[in-house]
Amino acid sequence: MNKPVRQLDRVVIRFAGDSGDGMQLTGDRFTSDSAVAGHDLATLPNFPAEIRAPAGTLPGVSSFQLHFADHDVLTPGDAPDVLVAMNPAALKANLRDIPRGATIIVDTDEFSRRNLGKVGYAVSPLDDGSLESYHVHPLALTSLTVDSLASFELSRKDKERAKNMFALGLLSWLYTRPLESTEEFLRRKFATKPDILAANIAALHAGAHYGETTEDFAHTYAIAPATMREGTYRNITGNTALAYGLVVAARRAGLPLVLGSYPITPATDILHTLSGLKRFGVTTIQAEDEIAGVGMALGASFGGALGVTSTSGPGLALKAETIGLAVSLELPLVVVDVQRGGPSTGLPTKTEQADLLQAMFGRNGESPVAVIAPQSPVDCFDAAIEATRIATAYRTPVVLLSDGYLANGSEPWRLPEIADLPDLTVTFQTEPNAVDDLGAPVFHPYTRDPQTLARPWAVPGTAGLEHRIGGIEKADVTGVIAYDPDNHERMTHLRRDKVAGITASIPALEVDDPDGNARVLVLGWGSTYGPIHAAARSVRRHGMAVARAHLRHLNPFPSNLGEVLRSYERVIVPEMNLGQLALLLRAQFLVDVQSHTAVRGLPFTAGELADVVTAAIHALPEPAAEHAR
Amino acid sequence: MKLDNPGLGHSGFGHPGHTLGMPSTGTSRVPLLAPDAPAQTRKDFTSDQEVRWCPGCGDYAILATMQGFLPELGLRRENIVFISGIGCSSRFPYYLDTYGMHSIHGRAPSIATGLATSRPDLSVWVITGDGDALSIGGNHLIHALRRNINITILLFNNEIYGLTKGQYSPTSEQGKVTKSSPLGSVDTPFNPVSLALGAEATFVARTMDSDRAHLSGVLRAAAEHRGAALVEIYQNCPIFNDGAFDVLKDRAESQRRIFHLRAGEPISAGGQVVIRDTDNELRIVAEGEADPQRIVIHDPSAADPSTAFALSRLSESTLSHVPMGVFRSVSRPAYDDLVRGQVEMAVAQAGGPATDADLAALLGGHDTWTVGA
Repeated sequence: MNKPVRQLDRVVIRFAGDSGDGMQLTGDRFTSDSAVAGHDLATLPNFPAEIRAPAGTLPGVSSFQLHFADHDVLTPGDAPDVLVAMNPAALKANLRDIPRGATIIVDTDEFSRRNLGKVGYAVSPLDDGSLESYHVHPLALTSLTVDSLASFELSRKDKERAKNMFALGLLSWLYTRPLESTEEFLRRKFATKPDILAANIAALHAGAHYGETTEDFAHTYAIAPATMREGTYRNITGNTALAYGLVVAARRAGLPLVLGSYPITPATDILHTLSGLKRFGVTTIQAEDEIAGVGMALGASFGGALGVTSTSGPGLALKAETIGLAVSLELPLVVVDVQRGGPSTGLPTKTEQADLLQAMFGRNGESPVAVIAPQSPVDCFDAAIEATRIATAYRTPVVLLSDGYLANGSEPWRLPEIADLPDLTVTFQTEPNAVDDLGAPVFHPYTRDPQTLARPWAVPGTAGLEHRIGGIEKADVTGVIAYDPDNHERMTHLRRDKVAGITASIPALEVDDPDGNARVLVLGWGSTYGPIHAAARSVRRHGMAVARAHLRHLNPFPSNLGEVLRSYERVIVPEMNLGQLALLLRAQFLVDVQSHTAVRGLPFTAGELADVVTAAIHALPEPAAEHAR
Repeated sequence: MKLDNPGLGHSGFGHPGHTLGMPSTGTSRVPLLAPDAPAQTRKDFTSDQEVRWCPGCGDYAILATMQGFLPELGLRRENIVFISGIGCSSRFPYYLDTYGMHSIHGRAPSIATGLATSRPDLSVWVITGDGDALSIGGNHLIHALRRNINITILLFNNEIYGLTKGQYSPTSEQGKVTKSSPLGSVDTPFNPVSLALGAEATFVARTMDSDRAHLSGVLRAAAEHRGAALVEIYQNCPIFNDGAFDVLKDRAESQRRIFHLRAGEPISAGGQVVIRDTDNELRIVAEGEADPQRIVIHDPSAADPSTAFALSRLSESTLSHVPMGVFRSVSRPAYDDLVRGQVEMAVAQAGGPATDADLAALLGGHDTWTVGA
């Protein structure tokens, strides 16, 4: 009774429903199953800031998009092939993203007159012919679920709540997925609620059986595993990867990890994750406010720990003064900013890249800090290690700019060998480093390493190195209070040169220009990596040449950046802000980059960027003979 | 004078299960001087920096008392840290030859929290003023107190902003004429002791810059206390609020105004005594008229802070009745001990410090799959 199987190379599915329908969980599970099936994948959770917006309304719609394929996946997909809509609101909120010809599965039980009315449908779109150009599967998911659980001693409400597992079972059948790992997950999740566990497993199987028996679906689909590098993999979100990166970095540095943090979307999962890692010696302090969070981190750094604070844009604004103190104290400090839409409260659950200039300049005085950004959820792990490396080696605050898309998005991660990760061993000062007028040994806290310009890290408890530091300008070398004009000039330059000098320890910017004949370069930073890379592939598939590069280090830039920018006739800089990197590039290199921006709370689509690149290529003048590259 | 050091045994506060194995005094995990080391003197705690307060500033007396007191603790000098915020008093750390940080306005308690939590081997002191602690840093102060971090907070209260040249502060009396309140301040002042008690502080005391013996005694009790200790120090600003506490420094006046708080003793001054009246309120009456049954016997270790709070309300801006000494000293597990305890327990339950293999298992999680080979 097995139905015929059709082979596909890629699928984009979006699960959409009410905030309370369990769509994030359903998406997460389907993602894990896809990962275990060997597909490459990328995900895009999208949910409202309200915990439970009024049921059945447009503001309450939560969705989870998953792109999985038999090849290297770079984005969560521009447009879903399949939409699962658990109610009319979910259909209405998502329909404009669904291309004609796509498959739509709806729960008809929720298409009541009342629910239709809540979102302004006078007539059900299932009946008025407006969905004719889609493959619509109207299924009574809720009643099918409840019927399948007839033998369970549960309330109707509890039975209805399992409808997301019914839907997951159906989709798992449709895409030829085993159910075991979801069963195992449910057993962990509902370990203490055996009746709920049994109902969820029953609903999961009922969904799969329904697919097999109903005539609604004529065939199933299979996607071959992607060709991936040899190794052991797991699926991971950016926030989890970032938290793990901090733990590993602290271990590689030989330092205890201390996180001071105040809950804020979308960074809070970092606090949650690290709070659960006490077994790894991690200390977390949930602070009374954002300022205290960074103060605690800085206090811990003063004591010789790796002090970290995690936040989002509004929190970074509050931490500014303390970060300035860390600039003056020249102590290591890692500040994680998981960016969200701004200004002010803005779009707490949506993504944006508009804190770059705040990270660069959002403090009083000349107060340079290092700024880096991860490019994908998995890369959050490596970025955390790099932030720790710079912070400890240069005794400087480092702002790590993740964003909401990276934080909640996930992708397969090839697990690293711990021993292969960078050695970040820190050496504390243990001996005096100078002599006073009488020849007695003394400690001068603002002497500098000739290579890095870092000052010694001498922690309390070290005899003979007692010293005082503070936010008042300090005399070069001795660190005592100094208001002398020449000294301030010197110290200001030293602090700038120290951060600028980090360039010597970072790799040159690599340009992906396969044939070396591109005239247009797309330069990005942070989470735009996936869409830019996918756009470049698409443009190349159409026979055009385009170069691509991505910045991890925003301050300082890689040493060859100016040269790279000047090597192309046109440089396009896509950003989810109004052109902040573009501003920096123009200011520093006098190159008139083309800024392409969007602030819709969502990542770029590859298609949109491919169009921008294609238009730029077409707009190029005919190459003069002597200019041909 | 006599200052008891109560509240270090079991006061019935907190959960006995939590206090088991917890360090008992403020400095009990701080390394002591080697037995054969030369005794410390005031000079060991005097840095090479020129002291730059205004002539006549009360901070000089506090600094001198502190430098004289620290050798008494017998701690290794390198394990003592002073952290301050911003304001005149916050220059204090520069003048002590220990580790120190002069931080930013109001934030010293948060920095001290991070340090004390990650370093049990340090004696951590916070130096702050009425503007620093009660205005811009009010939030950090109350949370440090309710968490009961093992730090000692010295709040220099001169009832004025000195460093910004004379604006009214959160402790200035209503009606105070300053550059920013030419018609008199309309702000209701904080009573720092009341505030600290309301913030669940486990140790609250008041003392005065010029009374070296009393100040030393309070510092001793505060250093001994495990958990957050808040010490309000009345301090004279000779430039912008000179003489604010003069009536408490005049021998005759002080004898009738200062009500010394001594554990187990009545609270009295100049022939007056504190009683609990028939309406359950605290009142000050002539000793001869007091019903002996109603005389309040000071008990800083009382679990209920109500009496300590009522005592703190006896103070008035006229300084006619000023309780001095330790209002409250009770034992409650310190936040940093509890935080470290959770980490230590998690490590112990897992069989010891994590190895690279443990870390690799963490990274792998529950759902892994293998490609190739």
